[in-house]
Amino acid sequence: MKEGVMKVVFLLAACMSILAVALICIFLFANGVPAIHKIGITEFLFGQTWKPSNNIYGIFPMIIGSIYVTAGAVIIGVPMGILCAIFLARFCPDKLYKIVKPAVSLLAGIPSIVYGFFGLVVIVPIMQDLTGTNGKGILTASILLGIMILPTVIGVSESAIRAVPNSYYEGSLALGATHERSVFFAVMPAAKQGILAGVILGVGRAIGETMAVIMVASNNTVMPKSIFSGVRTLTANIVMEMGYATDLHREALLGTGVVLFVFILIINLSFSALKRRNH
Amino acid sequence: MEAINKESALQRLKSYRKHPLSAILFLLVVISAVITLTVLIALIAYILIKGIPNLSPELFEWEYTTENVSMMPAIINTLIITALSLLFALPVGICSAIYLVEYAKRGNKLVSIVRITTETLSGIPSIVYGLFGYLFFNIFLEWSYTILGGALTLAIMILPLIMRTTEEALIAVPDLYREGSFGLGAGKLRTVFRIVLPSAIPGILAGVILAVGRIVGETAALLYPAGTATKVADGLMSSGRTLAVHMYALLNEGLYMDQAYATAVVLLVVVIGINALSGLIAKKVGVKD
Repeated sequence: MKEGVMKVVFLLAACMSILAVALICIFLFANGVPAIHKIGITEFLFGQTWKPSNNIYGIFPMIIGSIYVTAGAVIIGVPMGILCAIFLARFCPDKLYKIVKPAVSLLAGIPSIVYGFFGLVVIVPIMQDLTGTNGKGILTASILLGIMILPTVIGVSESAIRAVPNSYYEGSLALGATHERSVFFAVMPAAKQGILAGVILGVGRAIGETMAVIMVASNNTVMPKSIFSGVRTLTANIVMEMGYATDLHREALLGTGVVLFVFILIINLSFSALKRRNH
Repeated sequence: MEAINKESALQRLKSYRKHPLSAILFLLVVISAVITLTVLIALIAYILIKGIPNLSPELFEWEYTTENVSMMPAIINTLIITALSLLFALPVGICSAIYLVEYAKRGNKLVSIVRITTETLSGIPSIVYGLFGYLFFNIFLEWSYTILGGALTLAIMILPLIMRTTEEALIAVPDLYREGSFGLGAGKLRTVFRIVLPSAIPGILAGVILAVGRIVGETAALLYPAGTATKVADGLMSSGRTLAVHMYALLNEGLYMDQAYATAVVLLVVVIGINALSGLIAKKVGVKD
């Protein structure tokens, strides 16, 4: 009797995560999609002006902003993360590993608001000196996000590299290749898919990041013209205006959330698909 | 790396002269590792050096006023929200992990759906959680800003983390324990609670600590469900800001840079402590195996 009851309890608990995802999807879509309809899908997605005071809600600059900033983060963070993962998996002496590995997980644990603060008080002034602009913009945000996705890329890539059978490496050495050549040209191609999964996860982190980006991107809603111009991301749009928005304005922000959520779902699904193909 | 492949530094240098590509690759790898470490050290050092002088005792007074933006209420709110979130997420997370590991049969359809949904949950960014919390608690249930809503939102956010770490800990318990318990006549339930779960506690604890780290550092998911009230919350249904939200509010107002530095120091110290603790526990678990 008790056994049966508890089994049902465990089963119900297991269903909670399904319920959570279902609730999140329902609430987000049920509130956001009608708003997008009311504004008009094309006006909403491709409109280039965001003027809540005049009831004009086009989030194209924000979509572009999110994409630019994420792309920048990938360009900066991914090569460095992969190289760092190679270092950890194949170059690092054991003693050093005991220091570097915890350091990388600490990097993952630092709150995004602290990253944003660091960006604001350190990276922004440096960019001011270098570029003569106000220091906030796509490039600054990309650098900061590039740093923030490092631990994700490093973690997943390292385990992908470690999962490659050592015989690949040994075989390459036996054919006379150097250690570096063996790692880069025999081990790395075999770890390709796992590393790609890490990159996708990093993209998800970057596009969903809010608090750090908001501090360094200057958040203006015009179309960005160069890598130094300010941008507002989808996430920043929600956080900045949700507090005081009403009526259609609020619904437009919920619509922004839906667009962001769809991006995230696509990224998540491709990550899951890739992971399943690996196993 | 391997004993056969050992060479002296001089030999290595000679070999690099013969293979310039290898030398370049080696340099790239080392440089990127150095940059990663440097960024971390620079971040921590900068915030500690600039922040510690700003850690005045007044910042830990009980009352928040506009003259003295004390972080003490925020610290207490952080503790309350952390405890509440764990209270909701831990039982659910542990029970569902028990179901997945101990009860579910292989190839069960439900299991694969649960896996997909937990993966989805762990990929959802905190701002989306915040938006959902706002829609569900503030709009649908018509609560105002409440720490209960904030804690429930965070409980959903940390659920996949608790589930995954508990699952791993349960899987790591050798089947011998279960068989021994069954052999002595214990039922499934007794085996799970008396034998399997106690041996999995260190692993679960490591997950809990990681979850605490996420809760303490969270801003975007709390901003709308829990609000930014500066007092200690007087009940579950009143608003209150956590330390991370407090820091965001200070930066947003733009008047309290020094205090923001001080708050950053506290946050950073907590996070470093949490990381060290989870590392320690992980090591202990490793020794036991």
